[in-house]
Amino acid sequence: MRRRHQAVLALIAVVFGLALYIVIPNSPGFPVQVGTRDFSDLEFRQGLDLQGGLHVRFEADPAPDQSVDADAMEAVRQIIENRVNALGVAEPVIQIEGDTRLIVELPGLGGPDPDCDPAAEECDDPLDDAIALFRETGQLLIVDTGSRPYPDDEVFVADPDDVVLRGADLQSARVEFDQLGASMIAFELKPSSGEHFERHTSTHLGQWLTITVDDIVINSAVIEAPIRDEGVIRGTFTPDEARRVAIQLQYGALPVPLKVVQNLTVRPTLGEESLALSVRAGIVGAVLVLAFMVAYYRAAGVVAALALVAYVMIVFAIFKLVPVTLTLAGVAGVILSLGVAVDANILIFERTREEVRRGRAVRRAIEAGFNRAWPSIRDSNVSTLLICAVLFGFGSGGVRGFALTLAIGVAVSMFSAITISRTLLRLAVLVPGVDQPRWFGARPIPEESAA
Amino acid sequence: MFDIVGRRGWWYLLSTVLLVPGVVALLTGGLKPGIDFTGGTLLQVRVAAETTQEDVTSAAQGAGFPEAVVQMAGESDALLRVRAIDVDEKDDLLTGLGSAMGPVEELGFSAIGPVVGEELTRAAVIAVAVASGLILLYVTWAFRGMQHSFRYGVAAIVALLHDALFVIGVFALLGHALNVQIDALFVTALLTVIGFSVNDSIVVFDRIRETNRDYVHLDEHERPGLADIINHSANQSLTRSLNTSFTALLVLLALLLLGGPTIRDFVLALSLGFAIGTYSSIFNAACLVASWEQRDIPRLWRRLIPWRRAAAN
Repeated sequence: MRRRHQAVLALIAVVFGLALYIVIPNSPGFPVQVGTRDFSDLEFRQGLDLQGGLHVRFEADPAPDQSVDADAMEAVRQIIENRVNALGVAEPVIQIEGDTRLIVELPGLGGPDPDCDPAAEECDDPLDDAIALFRETGQLLIVDTGSRPYPDDEVFVADPDDVVLRGADLQSARVEFDQLGASMIAFELKPSSGEHFERHTSTHLGQWLTITVDDIVINSAVIEAPIRDEGVIRGTFTPDEARRVAIQLQYGALPVPLKVVQNLTVRPTLGEESLALSVRAGIVGAVLVLAFMVAYYRAAGVVAALALVAYVMIVFAIFKLVPVTLTLAGVAGVILSLGVAVDANILIFERTREEVRRGRAVRRAIEAGFNRAWPSIRDSNVSTLLICAVLFGFGSGGVRGFALTLAIGVAVSMFSAITISRTLLRLAVLVPGVDQPRWFGARPIPEESAA
Repeated sequence: MFDIVGRRGWWYLLSTVLLVPGVVALLTGGLKPGIDFTGGTLLQVRVAAETTQEDVTSAAQGAGFPEAVVQMAGESDALLRVRAIDVDEKDDLLTGLGSAMGPVEELGFSAIGPVVGEELTRAAVIAVAVASGLILLYVTWAFRGMQHSFRYGVAAIVALLHDALFVIGVFALLGHALNVQIDALFVTALLTVIGFSVNDSIVVFDRIRETNRDYVHLDEHERPGLADIINHSANQSLTRSLNTSFTALLVLLALLLLGGPTIRDFVLALSLGFAIGTYSSIFNAACLVASWEQRDIPRLWRRLIPWRRAAAN
């Protein structure tokens, strides 16, 4: 019997040690890669509301004669994904929702440069710029406008017959700077389009070409010499604008325009403040719970306290391993689970105390307490897990994260109660003197008065 | 031992007293759906100087948003609710606020189209319905060894609807009094409350099942009635239920007082739900099973309607 305890204790120690290794900040992790998941990167993944960032839900907004099918949405997703990657944001989420929706999440995207004074100059706001970048369909047209130039930034809807080149004709596009430091977009044409463009430019020397993106004039230019496969677009761009247009050209036009149906932007300051407050509240709450357990259940309470520490470590380790994206509600869920995780212990201890009151020896009372409490722990927690499944199934984003954190908490608390608490308690009563009822906050009641 | 089951009429009366104000507030339009349900914009800003709700409201109105509703969070943070706007309109609003009040920092911006809001409402209703159905099936199955296990499922559902209605009612009262709005997190809190309400009910039912098993070997006439068994079990569950909800409320209270304004309503909903859930599992769910067994409803029916009583006599 004693040897089996030692084996279980060793197992618990290994689990706890592993959890601790995973939870420590900047943990080196494990040099293992499963699919796309690299386990040497073990960091808490913070949701938008904690680290700041952008969450946008787009809906396809087709023209009256246009239809949206699954292929078109997949094309939209890929184009948006390419544009996102060009922004260089870590861990973006781009997913199609339903038939015509697209969710883009960019955690950690910061606000405007704090050194930039909005009163003195125009400040670029990466969050707002990102939305603008995704929404623009990026429809590049190079139009033959004969003898007429058009002013920059003016709306100009081209006659399809006059279009010489489209975005699809481009091989690549990038930002370059001329000798004066002005930004321009250098592009390269696909070979077949190059031939067509050379034919046009060699026969229309001296005439104007007007370049538009999404029907806004970027620039009009005179054809000075035949162009075959390379050219530059000059305009009145800031470097950021030039980069944005280049990204659009590089990755192609959206097959359908998008409109924003939901837009959530959180500035990092707010998330940091909220997280710090929640963590402080969690520590205070945990200390209160531990104090209550020890005061009320004595030796058993100490065991419950140790089990709770192990519980927290294991839960955090799972959060890092999965990885679970922690939102503010998720953190609240974890803190709540601290209060609820001791429930299984309370159930067991109450039953143990009852057995002690009936005059059983403490050791046997503990075993009976576990056995009698187990069905209620099992059945009640299964019902909570069912609710978590419903939350996960019907919720979106943040609600799902909350359901997942709660479910992990419930499952781990069951594990910690029936393995960690049980083994530690069995070992504790082996210590001489601890197997007295008063160590469990219980007094045996004489047989006749126990109803 | 405390006679819980025998006094069940009083508990039902107490539940009614607890629920009625909230239900009245609910029926008079107290529950204020936030932008998550209706669509709209929530903009959180930090003003460099200390400011008041009136200042921010008039600044927003001056910027062309006459519908703006402003709520202060501390002395310099303000939450503005306006119609659903896009990024350009948001910039207009920020510029307007800035010119009226000095430097304004945007902390958070959330704009939701009305269609998405309708979908959330539908999803919330479906989620509660599906959760209730699953719980009914699960409890009926888990207590299949008991006579009329279906009754335990129904009692658990009544208790969870009681708890949900209480929390919704309190928020309807808060909506009337302080213009508190409910959001997607409120739905999450409600479903969590439902989950733990059932959790509590099952613990009490399990005790009933176990006590029942202790007597099952006795002959019919020696065996205590189900009402006595339920009363005995409810009493024995009392300490556990109180301790568990006490520890849960300890951490929730810490979050409520120290956790900051962003999740205060969420934590408040959870706290209310945990407190009422502990009460209802013992004083409603367990008592309802006894009521069913004792045929309380036909009895009440007879008592309330004189000619039925006369006929019965």
